[in-house]
Amino acid sequence: MDHFLHLLSSGLARGAVFAVFALALVLIWRAARIVNFAQGAMAAATTYVAFAVTAATGNYWLGLAAAVLAGALLGLVVERGVMRHVARQSPLNSVIVALGVVMVLQAVLGIAFGNDYTPMRVPFSMEPLWVGGVPLLSPYDLYVIGAVAMLLLALGLLFTRTAVGLRMRAAAFAPETSRLLGVPVSRMLTLGWTLSAAVGAFAAVLVIPTELGLNPHATDTLFVYAFTVAIVGGLDSPVGAAVGGLVVGVLLSLVTGYLGSTLAPIAVLVLLVVVLLVRPAGIFSARQVRQA
Amino acid sequence: MSAGVVAPRAGTPPEAAGEPLLDVAGLTAGYGGTPVLHDVALRVPAGDVVAVVGANGAGKTTLLRALSGLVRPRAGTVRLGGADLLAVPVEHRVRAGLAHVPEGHGVIAELTVDENLRLGGLWRGGGRDLRDAVDEVYALFEPLARRVASPGHQLSGGERQMLAVGRALVSRPRLLLLDEPSLGLAPRVVADIMAMLRRLCDDHGLTILLVEQNVRSALSVADVGVVLHLGQVVATRPARSLLHDDALRHAYLGF
Repeated sequence: MDHFLHLLSSGLARGAVFAVFALALVLIWRAARIVNFAQGAMAAATTYVAFAVTAATGNYWLGLAAAVLAGALLGLVVERGVMRHVARQSPLNSVIVALGVVMVLQAVLGIAFGNDYTPMRVPFSMEPLWVGGVPLLSPYDLYVIGAVAMLLLALGLLFTRTAVGLRMRAAAFAPETSRLLGVPVSRMLTLGWTLSAAVGAFAAVLVIPTELGLNPHATDTLFVYAFTVAIVGGLDSPVGAAVGGLVVGVLLSLVTGYLGSTLAPIAVLVLLVVVLLVRPAGIFSARQVRQA
Repeated sequence: MSAGVVAPRAGTPPEAAGEPLLDVAGLTAGYGGTPVLHDVALRVPAGDVVAVVGANGAGKTTLLRALSGLVRPRAGTVRLGGADLLAVPVEHRVRAGLAHVPEGHGVIAELTVDENLRLGGLWRGGGRDLRDAVDEVYALFEPLARRVASPGHQLSGGERQMLAVGRALVSRPRLLLLDEPSLGLAPRVVADIMAMLRRLCDDHGLTILLVEQNVRSALSVADVGVVLHLGQVVATRPARSLLHDDALRHAYLGF
């Protein structure tokens, strides 16, 4: 039982990051109907910014803020400079161009920083706290869960309580109608990319220190799991991303703990196949339209 | 409802009754290399309901899309209240006083009734003025007031049409463009919708340009009828006169 509680709690902490990264994918999908395959490489690039700023200033929080700002800027550049010009063509074009962005970013990062894994500093201990003789979450896990919860709350408020959030949702769901209502759809699309890339940057800074360290490919696995989360939850559902992230995080933790780490990716693949067979659009995506 | 929702916005002189609010001349528009509208001329007097009728494929929807900017005209002029509308970007035409309820109503199914309505007035910013406009629409369309938090996809066809018109009113339009408001609705609901449009015009001075395949319903509430055939205007007359012109009806409207 103690082992189960430990695996469950660590799975929730990891799943929280998957949820945020998947949310970044959902934001782009809702705004542009594009799966941003460059999300992982973009987040790796912005984590190097965090690393550089933290190394230069000795301040983790400045590094985190710099990464989020760099993410927003990178999202703006990728959307305005690249994706905007292919988005109206075949959906496959967007995928190919996004993969091109991945290759360019990873090559540039490799040339600039090398391909070795670089450990990153964290502001809190990663040693688990013992509660009733059971090792549970570490202070860093608690920080990650708290930060993710605050981010989800802020995004929820942005989309449901503000005029810009309403405009963004309207532009995503019905771009033509939104234009007729005076919504600057093009700007909302750019804002969606900016926001998504900033969220992805935030998630990467949280998770990379808990993995092997910083590397141009450090977010490859994270992207694969987050993509699975987004598909399982429903690509157009922020709630699906949050719940799916926790489910995948716990699943990975339990399978790794009880059956071994080699089976963990297979378990996630099985989950993906089952969900696609039972609910092809994802668990939270379907809505019933009443007949007129 | 008070007159507020459909009253002319501040700084906009109200058009005198009978003066053309919308003046379209020589309008040619289409998709790709295929023109759909040919040299269309149309005048919509302030305070009137003008119904454009015609068979499927006559170019009715294209006409409204050209007026709101979703289709770029190849030639012609469109003036709203004397100002050149074609020079105004699509997203800014609502500021000029144009509201377009597209075919299939355009209610955003994922947003609630209240969010759909607020969206109609967001171009002016938020605040008290927007809330007042939304409340006025709830007073006008009481069924919507009972479904404030319901998402659009849960509404009936009649409620969705009501919501689409209400959302257009929140923008405080000078001219309301309506594309097939009867589409998919039961005859009784269509009658209610048409009566509501007439009231908006009579009681609040709203100007409406309506395109419809349901010719009898449209002409029964319109002041002026325009017959569109293969992208060309073939008749513009008082609506009642069109309704009773057997030769024209047989030739172009199929009944």
